[in-house]
Amino acid sequence: MLKINNLHASVEDKPILRGINLDVKPGEVHAIMGPNGSGKSTLASVIAGKEEYEVEDGEIILDGEDLEELSAEERAHKGIFLSFQYPVEIPGVSVTNFMKTAINETRKAKGLEDMPANQMLKLIREKAELLEIDRKFLSRSLNEGFSGGEKKRNEIFQMAMLGPKLAILDETDSGLDIDALRIVANGVNKLKSKDNAVVVITHYQRLLDHIVPDFVHVLYNGRIVKSGTAELAHELEAKGYDWIKEEVNA
Amino acid sequence: MELKEKLVSSFMAFENTVDVDSSVHDIRIDAMKAFEAQGFPHKKLEAWKYTSLKSILKNDFSVFPKENEALEYKDIKKYFIHDIDAYKIIFVDGKYSSHLSATTHDGIDVCLMSSALTKPKYKVIIDNYFNKIATKDGLSSLNTAFSAEGAYIHIPKNKVVEKPIQIIHFSTGNEAALMLQPRNLIVVDENSHVQIIERHQSLTENPVLTNSVTEIFANKRAIVDYYKIQNDKQSASLIDNTFINQKQESLAKVHTFSFGGKLTRNNLNFYQNGERIDSTMKGITIIGDKQHVDHNTLVHHIEPNCESHQDYKGIFDANSTGVFNGKVVVEKEAQKTNAFQANNNILVSDKATINTKPQLEIFADDVRCTHGCTIGQLDESAMFYLRSRGIPEKEARGLLMFAFSNNVLDSVKIPEIKSRITKLIAQKLGVNIGFDL
Repeated sequence: MLKINNLHASVEDKPILRGINLDVKPGEVHAIMGPNGSGKSTLASVIAGKEEYEVEDGEIILDGEDLEELSAEERAHKGIFLSFQYPVEIPGVSVTNFMKTAINETRKAKGLEDMPANQMLKLIREKAELLEIDRKFLSRSLNEGFSGGEKKRNEIFQMAMLGPKLAILDETDSGLDIDALRIVANGVNKLKSKDNAVVVITHYQRLLDHIVPDFVHVLYNGRIVKSGTAELAHELEAKGYDWIKEEVNA
Repeated sequence: MELKEKLVSSFMAFENTVDVDSSVHDIRIDAMKAFEAQGFPHKKLEAWKYTSLKSILKNDFSVFPKENEALEYKDIKKYFIHDIDAYKIIFVDGKYSSHLSATTHDGIDVCLMSSALTKPKYKVIIDNYFNKIATKDGLSSLNTAFSAEGAYIHIPKNKVVEKPIQIIHFSTGNEAALMLQPRNLIVVDENSHVQIIERHQSLTENPVLTNSVTEIFANKRAIVDYYKIQNDKQSASLIDNTFINQKQESLAKVHTFSFGGKLTRNNLNFYQNGERIDSTMKGITIIGDKQHVDHNTLVHHIEPNCESHQDYKGIFDANSTGVFNGKVVVEKEAQKTNAFQANNNILVSDKATINTKPQLEIFADDVRCTHGCTIGQLDESAMFYLRSRGIPEKEARGLLMFAFSNNVLDSVKIPEIKSRITKLIAQKLGVNIGFDL
């Protein structure tokens, strides 16, 4: 589904990704771990199409199509979803109106009519329930004054609403207490199917207890330096990243 | 001949067409003298530093338009808030249009300044209120000198006027260039409520300059809710001079929506003559190429325990320029004043300019005055966030700008106005707002 070949990317002429290779198949969960500053969030942003990042070399292929020329919105229309590490506050736009706009713009891009209002309401109600989100919450301005946990839950609510093919969860576990972590992980697991895939970017093992990965990759200095199964995450949790760094630098 | 000379020399002819014996006659003569002495404002005046009338005044404006052409309601319906039942005072090229209007004398007076200035039954009100708060600057004086027509509204005490009153000035392009000087007087007595919508609309590309003066008196516990819709053609310019005198516990609210016109200058002045008064002024300005909007506001806090709220939002694209000059004066006696002022702007284009200047003169020591102004661009991280959810760049931009200006509409009490303004904003920003508010 997603194939990344030799991806090099930089921001303001500073190279961050230095040759990433990744192959994600439908139905799989991949975890990308690594120390701070290794390029995890950059990788997420580059896949989602953030313009500040310059792709210097390599390619990102989604279902056989090179994404290079596609804007962030076009990538979203093709089924890429990024759960932000720091969701942006948008005063004046309610969660509901934001979702309606996002869904209908995506439908428009696919040549579909707007979703009928009653169907939209039903979908919102259903997905809000899944993430244990209160109705009142939906009429609040997007992310404005939300707690860290509320913001992350809202990200996964948006994921549930949009039903992406490939979801990238960037540090979704940061700022979550244990209850929120359980709700978020439960939401992600319910949304998983044999047709979609999830890439979990995280610093810690704890989210991976709830969302169990098929593969774990370690990103260091802009490269994937080690790949393994869920077992690798446990090893990293126990031993930290220093041994990886030593291995790489040796 | 320069416009000033033309106006001065036309004045005699004008005076002969109106009643020389009326008490207003002397007021007009004095006003003409004041205009003659001051002329039009120029950039050397502090209050006009960023707004120049020079190029507009070069037009050879007709001061007395010929007979106007009749307009059909169906052709101009879109300029009305037509989905509500309303009183209407409609002018075409400065002349009253009876067939487009719906006036009343049933318990309240919603009629014409020309009648009020000439008929004995209005004399007491005219003597007490006419030209009592309009300032004596050049432009207001010019309007006073030529004051003959406009809206006259008198709401006696204890009347809640359910239907809004729409005042619309159309210009048909019958003249190559036209100068209009409407004069409005609005007196709202004790405990009465009124809602007013004002609009100036040119129907052709011929230049129009409107120099309007509106005096509003909100007496004890009166509520005045005023909406100015400024979305005129690129050939039309407006200088709006509005003066509001408030008595104790009255509430006056003015919303100004500036979306069009070549040059728009709003001189909006509140005078608080009583305690526990609330003055609110809100504005949304969204303009583009070669448009200029200048908000020049004054709140004069004269007595204790009063409030004022100012909230102006501006979005400036292409070669547009904006000015905000908000002056708040708090007199020594006006203790416990609570004055709030905010002016937030987004510059969409590198070529757009905004000059914003809060001006606080505080002589009392126990007051709360806050002010703040911001000038910024759209937040790029917010743009990426929206786009990553499948909202295209143009719509994302529009949605963010819409959200930015949106909260000014919270205080709009007439749903039809709210939805109309929402649509105008969406149209102006080129977005399809796919949801209800």
